[in-house]
Amino acid sequence: MGDKVVLLDVWASPFGMRVRIALAEKGIKYEYKEEDLGKKSPLLLEMNPVHKKIPVLIHNGKPICESLSIVQYIDEVWRDKSPFLPSDPYQIAHARFWADFVDKKIYDSGRKIWLTKGQEQEAAKKDFLECLKLLEGELGDKPYFGGDCFGYVDVAVVPFYSGFYAYETCGNFSMEKECPKLVAWGKRCLQKESVAKSLPDQQKIYDFVLQLKKRLGIE
Amino acid sequence: MAEEVKVFGVWGSPFSCRVKIALKIKGIEYEYIEEDLQNKSSLLLKYNPVHKKIPVLLHNGKPIVESLLIIEYIDETWKDNPLLPQDPHERAQARFWAKFVDEKCLPSLWKACWAEEVERETAMGEAWKNLELFERELEGKRFFGGEAIGLVDIAAIRIAFWINVAQEAIGVEILNKEKFFILWNWIDELLGCSIIKENLPPREKLSAYYRTRAAAAKGSK
Repeated sequence: MGDKVVLLDVWASPFGMRVRIALAEKGIKYEYKEEDLGKKSPLLLEMNPVHKKIPVLIHNGKPICESLSIVQYIDEVWRDKSPFLPSDPYQIAHARFWADFVDKKIYDSGRKIWLTKGQEQEAAKKDFLECLKLLEGELGDKPYFGGDCFGYVDVAVVPFYSGFYAYETCGNFSMEKECPKLVAWGKRCLQKESVAKSLPDQQKIYDFVLQLKKRLGIE
Repeated sequence: MAEEVKVFGVWGSPFSCRVKIALKIKGIEYEYIEEDLQNKSSLLLKYNPVHKKIPVLLHNGKPIVESLLIIEYIDETWKDNPLLPQDPHERAQARFWAKFVDEKCLPSLWKACWAEEVERETAMGEAWKNLELFERELEGKRFFGGEAIGLVDIAAIRIAFWINVAQEAIGVEILNKEKFFILWNWIDELLGCSIIKENLPPREKLSAYYRTRAAAAKGSK
């Protein structure tokens, strides 16, 4: 049966990157549509009327929103190829916990490192690094968060790797020094084709952040 | 094999209530442990070192945290009386609306409940917008889960009971009965179910708590 899969996304979004990686891991062919968040398309507004946000996956005309929900959906529909989630309910809950942790804790403090200064930035940096160290603890000595195989938590976390240069430069610290295991893990993930073709270059993200700061009037 | 199921919660918490309801729907016996959030037990800190919060579900010694994740775990472990649909798209929809309750609906409802006079109209507008979106999802169904209570119903117990009790105690009307009559039909259905009723905190005790808070807020002006 022909599946029609469309992804509404923005190239720099770590949430969109999660979906791109998930689709690539499963070998799913899809149409990519770049959105302009300053001028959202009628399709986006129709498919995500509640939040009006990307990413949105449209599968045979039906929309799925929220990146982690989309990744779980992809895993449930195309379950035979490269499963992201384990089969044991406790391990599934454990994986969902860490992906949820990233959303609750890392995105906002990371963004503050880019877009604030002085005390606010220092507080964000402290928060951010504390959370990354917790993540490192969870990774331990495993090659991936999923163990021997790239899994759900890896898909959830790896897009933030493309922001590492931007975080460390804006925040004036060294990711290699603070979180060497995460840096090594990121490089390992980049060796996978699905990740390499879905993640923008760290320099490109940094340039994007600089442009964003300029637009918002932040020096 | 005998299952050992424990729930760490707090009497007035909608989050621990969600877990108790999910376990009851599945017919699972459990031991409930009341936590003092001003003096968290060493067990709680051991089982939820990252967030240090309740609820925690302990199943044969293994902890699961975050109420919505706990419900999914319960659903995947005990298969009777499913709480989530089988179809992947419908499951995604259920997750979406449960998240909407926590991330959009409740913050706007609480803001409207506690708003000062000058901000109330704006806060109410925002809360009503979210309630309208949420109410539309009922689409003539008995529950958000269809014929039976599901994930979204359990998540939205916060609206059906906590906001309901709070607004009465504080003396505001966010969940307006005329405007949201469809939602109120659902609230009445939900609170009429014995499995829900038996697992809610005592209404008068919760109401007294909100009355005290409202008085303190007035007093501090």
